[in-house]
Amino acid sequence: MKKLTAFLAGLLFGIGLLLAGMANPAKVLGFLDIAGLWDPSLAFVMIGAITVAWVPFHWAMKQSKSLLGAPMQLPVSRELDRRLIGGSLLFGVGWGIAGICPGPALVLLPTGHWQAWVFAIAMLAGMLLFSLLQARR
Amino acid sequence: MMLDTLHFTPWSALAGGALIGVAASVMVMANGRVAGISGLLGSLLSPGDSGRGEKALFILGLLAAPLLWALFQVWPTIEFKSGIVGLIIAGLCVGIGTRYGSGCTSGHGVCGISRLSPRSIVATLSFMFAGFVTVFVLRHLLGF
Repeated sequence: MKKLTAFLAGLLFGIGLLLAGMANPAKVLGFLDIAGLWDPSLAFVMIGAITVAWVPFHWAMKQSKSLLGAPMQLPVSRELDRRLIGGSLLFGVGWGIAGICPGPALVLLPTGHWQAWVFAIAMLAGMLLFSLLQARR
Repeated sequence: MMLDTLHFTPWSALAGGALIGVAASVMVMANGRVAGISGLLGSLLSPGDSGRGEKALFILGLLAAPLLWALFQVWPTIEFKSGIVGLIIAGLCVGIGTRYGSGCTSGHGVCGISRLSPRSIVATLSFMFAGFVTVFVLRHLLGF
């Protein structure tokens, strides 16, 4: 059952990205280009998503178990450290170069654009590099 | 600042965003997990992490989405703006950055802000800021 709900959630998430236009790198870059012709659509995607997810997440914060009986695993760290900020800044630089973040990177793969595969392979290599560096610490 | 009225799509953006919100809600209410794409991917790359089956199925759902879309709709516009070198540098930055920063647009931007996590708010402001600055430098200072 948990596998089914996870699959459905992923499917809905991907349809949402496609409908929102967030799987189009040019559109994402249009949002990030505030000094040029600015397309505020991405802000509306965030508003739509947060408005819907607000109550479910506030409900989840008060639970110890999910509806299917799984442990509620929400992040507990509250530290605003260099890793959080430095990592997020680096992510933002990459996002600003190509206009692709991890969700759209995956949604773009089956669409047959070679650019999506180059980006996704580099992204996975970056993630793997992080795991290797972590393992050595 | 000039508004790009030609490309601005408030309704489909809101509707797509709402679907993303529903997806994140299903994941947290049913599975007790945050629908953060970089976190799920990172976990799948780390042998020994718990719940890898359901995480893999979420990712599979994400990959299946465009196929389902193509059954009923024509492809949405997809336009890339970078060449192979840009894509490789960008992919590496996104891969390393999201893992060091413990999240991306979905985990921090949607799930984290929905529960008002201070870490996620700071992370979202950080990657948005870096994204704005990067596009400004590339497009308006360097002329890419």
